[in-house]
Amino acid sequence: MVFLAEHFVRSPQWTWYILFYFFFAGIAGGAYLVGTLLRLSGDARDEPAARVAFYVSLPATLICPILLTADLGASWWKFWHMMVDVTPGDTGLNFKYWSPMSVGVWALLLFGFFVTVSAVDAWMRNRGGGIIPMVVNRAFNIIGAIVAIFIASYTGVLLSVSNQPVWSDTWVLGGLFLASGLSGSAALIALLIRNRPEAGFSLGRLHQADGYFSVLELALIIVFFITVGAAGALARELPWLPLWAIAVAGVAGSLVEARGHMRMRAEGGSGTVAGVRLDTVVVSVLVLLGVLALRAAVIFSAQ
Amino acid sequence: MAAIKAGEEYGFFTDTSICIGCKACEVACKEWNQLQGDSPAFLDDSYDNTGSLDAQNWRHVKFIEHVPDQSATAGNGTAWLMMSDVCKHCKHASCMEVCPTGAIIRTEFNTVFIQQDVCNGCRNCIAACPYSVIGMNQETGTAHKCTLCYDRLQGGLEPACAKACPTQSIQFGPLAELQQAADVRLATLHSQGVTQAQLYGRDDKVYGGLNAFFLLMDKPETYGLPNADNAKLPSRNDLGGYLGAAVTAVLAVIGGLVAFRRRGMP
Repeated sequence: MVFLAEHFVRSPQWTWYILFYFFFAGIAGGAYLVGTLLRLSGDARDEPAARVAFYVSLPATLICPILLTADLGASWWKFWHMMVDVTPGDTGLNFKYWSPMSVGVWALLLFGFFVTVSAVDAWMRNRGGGIIPMVVNRAFNIIGAIVAIFIASYTGVLLSVSNQPVWSDTWVLGGLFLASGLSGSAALIALLIRNRPEAGFSLGRLHQADGYFSVLELALIIVFFITVGAAGALARELPWLPLWAIAVAGVAGSLVEARGHMRMRAEGGSGTVAGVRLDTVVVSVLVLLGVLALRAAVIFSAQ
Repeated sequence: MAAIKAGEEYGFFTDTSICIGCKACEVACKEWNQLQGDSPAFLDDSYDNTGSLDAQNWRHVKFIEHVPDQSATAGNGTAWLMMSDVCKHCKHASCMEVCPTGAIIRTEFNTVFIQQDVCNGCRNCIAACPYSVIGMNQETGTAHKCTLCYDRLQGGLEPACAKACPTQSIQFGPLAELQQAADVRLATLHSQGVTQAQLYGRDDKVYGGLNAFFLLMDKPETYGLPNADNAKLPSRNDLGGYLGAAVTAVLAVIGGLVAFRRRGMP
């Protein structure tokens, strides 16, 4: 345990389970939002990619409660105490709007509903008919996307709402995790559709979106270092610079790939040429590693 | 001391100026609460053999040995500081604020208590406690800390540590009486020229006031305690955190819509 001048706290030992929870929450929330935006574009040629996005968000969401429960250790069987207060004489539902962990549990439950319905609907549509009319579906997706934004971002806010060094020294983590999750999910969807001709139309557009998300992420990484530096906790980041380098490499890969697609589009070309598929694999893997590395750097630098 | 009554505020006044570092409080605490203690570890830079407060040490006598060499009179050696540390039972408790299960409650004696049958080991309280008080018991899978001997109070007994303290460095009683005693003691020390003596947590500047407050012989940071400027609740970052996320979300949605906007050509 290392003390900084203004923090005299013990680390909560949130390690691997929490790291992967943060990763999958970012991918799940990000994928749902990307799927919704693809569907809202109004171009029917984006629909196959949108359905892949909803497929991605389902397993990524389902693994989250498993990781969270495993992290509880010997008390795993009391996971439901997050939602129900069993204090004698004061029983009832637990909800503290000022505690991100409390809000997050309910949001995860709610998001599970949206994700399941959307994934089942996408599966049905691929077989001839969805379970919700498309007009209603868009409204359903928009509401689900709001919850998705919360799922992808609240994990960063949860860290900030503590008294830990680094985490509580910056307000930027919620936005940073959201931008990073969006970038990672756009890259993952691109990776999954690269060999699917019916979804090829969206490939370049996904890389372009990933580029925009990466610009946001890069800006927020800079703000992160400024705020943490201002609090005098920058030295804690030094051992984790290799992880930050991987995160920045992912951002750089996204930007290079997005620039290539924007140029290709300006020249009237398609984003589905064979050469692009190899780029997609390399860049997407790099971006996903960056998403994981960024969260690892943030989580471990305070502990 | 008068009978202990539910509905009254109780706490500790720990006068570090008369602590001799005997650790009788630690032993009494472990004895009553049946704490096994941690496995022996080599603490290479201290004569302290406990290390820190945690799930097995609900009282910890801190040895602050790294003060400049000086003595009251020639030949008296280095002036160490000693402090029997414990959960502060804050009026505005960070742990209680973030606990998602409702396991951390305020008792009828206005102390802060973790219900073991409700706690599920999420460790959010550990991340929030600014005093590094709470520890995780891996066997029970729950968070542990000083209960201010809740069971003894219910039986009309004073906490074990205060009972055992041979110098009355740890005093237990109704909060108002302790605050009066602390004011008198501080005035005495100041009149004797010990101007560095100060009370910590006696007023509401630190977490709204502490039920377990201290008389310190140096500034709070020397004892590993956040000063009034740094004593902040975790919820201070709620607004900034969510606002940052919301602005990012708006910009990301705009970026996504621009990237996915309808176009004539593939």
